[in-house]
Amino acid sequence: MPKEISISIRNLYKVFGAAPQDAMKHVLDGMSKSELMESHGHVLGLRDINVDMHAGDITVIMGLSGSGKSTLIRHVNRLIEPTAGEIWVDGENVLEFGEDRLRQMRRMQMSMVFQHFALLPHRTVLQNTGMAQAVRGEGRAGYEKAAHEWLERVGLKGQGHQYPHQLSGGMKQRVGISRALTSNAPIMLMDEAFSALDPLIRTDMQDLLLELQQELRKTIVFISHDLDEALKLADHLVILKDGIVIQQGEPQEILLNPNDPYIVDFISDINRARVLRARSIMTPAEKAGHVIVSGEVDAEDTLETIISRSNGDTGHSYTVMGDGKPIGVLDMKTLVRALVPSGAANDGMRKRAT
Amino acid sequence: MATYDFLFDGLGLRAWCGEKGSSDGPMTMAELLARKKTGGAEDGFALDSIWNLPFPSLDELNRACAQFARTRDMTKSVENSFLGIKDGLKAVLDPLTQPLSWLLEGALYLFAATPWWLMIFFLATLAYVASRSVRLMAFVAGALLFLAFIDHYDYAMQTLSIIFVCAFLCVLLGVPIGIAMSRSDRMQRLMIPVLDMLQTLPTFVYLIPLIFLFSVTEPKLYGIAIILYAIVPVVRLTDLGIRLVDQEVIEAADAFGMTKRQKLFGVQIPLALPNIMAGVNQTIMMSLAMVVIASLVSAPGLGVLVLRGIRNLELGVGLVAGLGIVLLAVILDRVTKAALARVNASTSVGRH
Repeated sequence: MPKEISISIRNLYKVFGAAPQDAMKHVLDGMSKSELMESHGHVLGLRDINVDMHAGDITVIMGLSGSGKSTLIRHVNRLIEPTAGEIWVDGENVLEFGEDRLRQMRRMQMSMVFQHFALLPHRTVLQNTGMAQAVRGEGRAGYEKAAHEWLERVGLKGQGHQYPHQLSGGMKQRVGISRALTSNAPIMLMDEAFSALDPLIRTDMQDLLLELQQELRKTIVFISHDLDEALKLADHLVILKDGIVIQQGEPQEILLNPNDPYIVDFISDINRARVLRARSIMTPAEKAGHVIVSGEVDAEDTLETIISRSNGDTGHSYTVMGDGKPIGVLDMKTLVRALVPSGAANDGMRKRAT
Repeated sequence: MATYDFLFDGLGLRAWCGEKGSSDGPMTMAELLARKKTGGAEDGFALDSIWNLPFPSLDELNRACAQFARTRDMTKSVENSFLGIKDGLKAVLDPLTQPLSWLLEGALYLFAATPWWLMIFFLATLAYVASRSVRLMAFVAGALLFLAFIDHYDYAMQTLSIIFVCAFLCVLLGVPIGIAMSRSDRMQRLMIPVLDMLQTLPTFVYLIPLIFLFSVTEPKLYGIAIILYAIVPVVRLTDLGIRLVDQEVIEAADAFGMTKRQKLFGVQIPLALPNIMAGVNQTIMMSLAMVVIASLVSAPGLGVLVLRGIRNLELGVGLVAGLGIVLLAVILDRVTKAALARVNASTSVGRH
C-alpha cells in the first residue's frame, strides 16, 4: 500500500568544521570519516543520506551515540544547515525557504519533543503546553482549552498550574508531548524523547505514544539508541552508523535479513519472540500446500503469544489470519528456527546440521 | 659627556643628533638631586663601572643625543594632545551627558526636599517590596533612623540618591550592552578588553581626564566616573547569563518558530534574570565604593566627611562617616540579595 511521502531526504551531507565546502570535495572523492578528520580536521557528520518518511508513519532513526542521528533530525526543521543535499517536506524544498517561511513551517507544520524536555522553567505546565500557540500569537484563551484536553490525554489532568521543576522526569516529558500535540502540527520530531526516563516509565510512554498514534496518525520522526524501543515503535526503521545509513526498511524485515555485521551484532541481544510477528515468518498461503492446522493466529500476533498458545509443542501448525482471511500458514518448527538470530541460523546452524 | 655618547658616535649619528644633549628648560627634581650628590659635575653620569650602567631611557638618551625627547616632554605632549582634542570632545560629550547632571541634581534635590519621616517610610517600604521580609524592613528603618539620630541623615541621603541614579543608569545601559555581547561573538571580543580596562584602571585615574573635560561643579563629572566604574558587572553578568541559558531550551524556542524578539524576552532574559540580578547587586555595591572616592571631585555625601577626616585628621568624623557607609552598604546588599533570592525562587525553585 503506497503511502504519501511526507518528508524526503535526498543525498544529504553534513560536514562540521571551519571550511565545510572544501572538505565536502574530499568527501565526494570518497575520503572516509577518519581520513577527513586526520588530514583536514573536519568531522563528517552525515554522508549521503536518502530516507523517505511516509505520512502517518513512525520512522525511527536508530544508531549509537555519534552516529549522527540527532544531527539528522535537526536537518528536518533546519536547526542545522546541511552542507549538501535536499530536504523535501510535503513537496517543498525546505532549503529554499527564507527566514519567514522557515519560521512559518516550524510554527505550523512541525513540533518537536526533546530528550531533556526543554520546558520553560518560568512558565506553568499549562503555559508550556500552549507554547506553540503562544508563539503563533494566540493568547491564553486561544490555547487553554486544547492545552487542558491534551494534558488530560497524557495523564496530567489538573496539574496545569504547576511549574516544571515540581514534576518528575516522566511527567515533564508528558508535558513535552502534550506541548507537541497541542501545536496540532502534522509532523512530530522526537529526539531521544524517552531516553532520559526510567525503564518502566519509558515503556509507559511508548505505549502512550502508540495509543495516541493509533488515533492521530501523525508523521513521527523518532530518534533512539535503544533497539527494543525502535522495534516497538517503528513502521520504518533507519539504522545509522558513523553518519551513514547502513540499512532501512520494515523492522521485521531488518530483523530477519540484516545486511551488515554491525546490525547482526546489534540484534543478537534482543528478545526475538517478543518482536517478531506471525506475518513476517509465515509461509504464504499460495506456497503452503495442504497442511493440517491446529488453530488460527492473527498476523500481528507475536511469536511469544503463539508459543504460549501451543504450550511449547512444536508439532502444531497454525493458519495465519489477516483482516479476517487466511493469508498463510505458520508451523511451529519455522517459528522455533526464527527465534535464533539469523546470522547463526543461515550459516552456523544449518551448516552444522547438514 | 654622557653614557650613551659612544652609541651615537659609533653609529655615526653625531651630526643628526646635533651638538650636545641640550638641557633647555627647567631641570627636573631628579636632576637637581643628582647634581647635588655628585657635587655639581656636569658629567656625573659617566660610566665608571658596569654596575652603574644606567638604563637607556629617554632622559639618558637625551643626554647623549638631543634628538631624543625627555620623559618630561613626553608626558607634556600627552597632556597637550589631550588638551588639543579636549574642546572637540567636550563639544560632543557635554550635551550628551547633560541629562546625567539634571538627573543627579534632581535626585539630590528630591531626596533633600522630602521630609525625613516620609523618606524613611518610603525607603523601608521599598525594602519590603523588594525582599518581602519584615525583618529586613525593620533593619533598614532602624539603620536610617540611627544615621538621622547622629545627624548624618542628609549626607546619607545624598550618597543614596547618587547611587540610585547611577545604578539605574548602569542597568539601563549595561543590560542592552550585555545582550548585544551575548548575541555577537565579535561584539564580545570587542567589549571584553574595554570592560577589563574599566575594571582594573585605578579609580583615581578615571577622575583625571574627567576633571579636564568637565567643570568640577557639574554633578555629571562624578556621575560619569561612577557609571564607568560600576557598569562592568551588570554588562558581564548579562552576557554570561544569556550565554548560559540551557541550549536545549533555546533549541526548543527555535524549533517552535520563535522570533529573535520572542526568544529574547520570553526565554533568554527570564532565564538569565538570576545572573542579571547578581550583576545589579555588584553594580550597586561598586557605585557605593566609587561615590566615596568621587567626593574628591565634589560628590556630596558621606564621602565628604571621610575626606574631611583624612584632610584635617579628624579621626572621629572619618570613622563615624565610615560606619555610615558600612550601614548603607549592608542595607543595599541585603535588599538586593533578598530580591535576587526571590528571582531565583521564581525561575528555578518555583513560586508556590
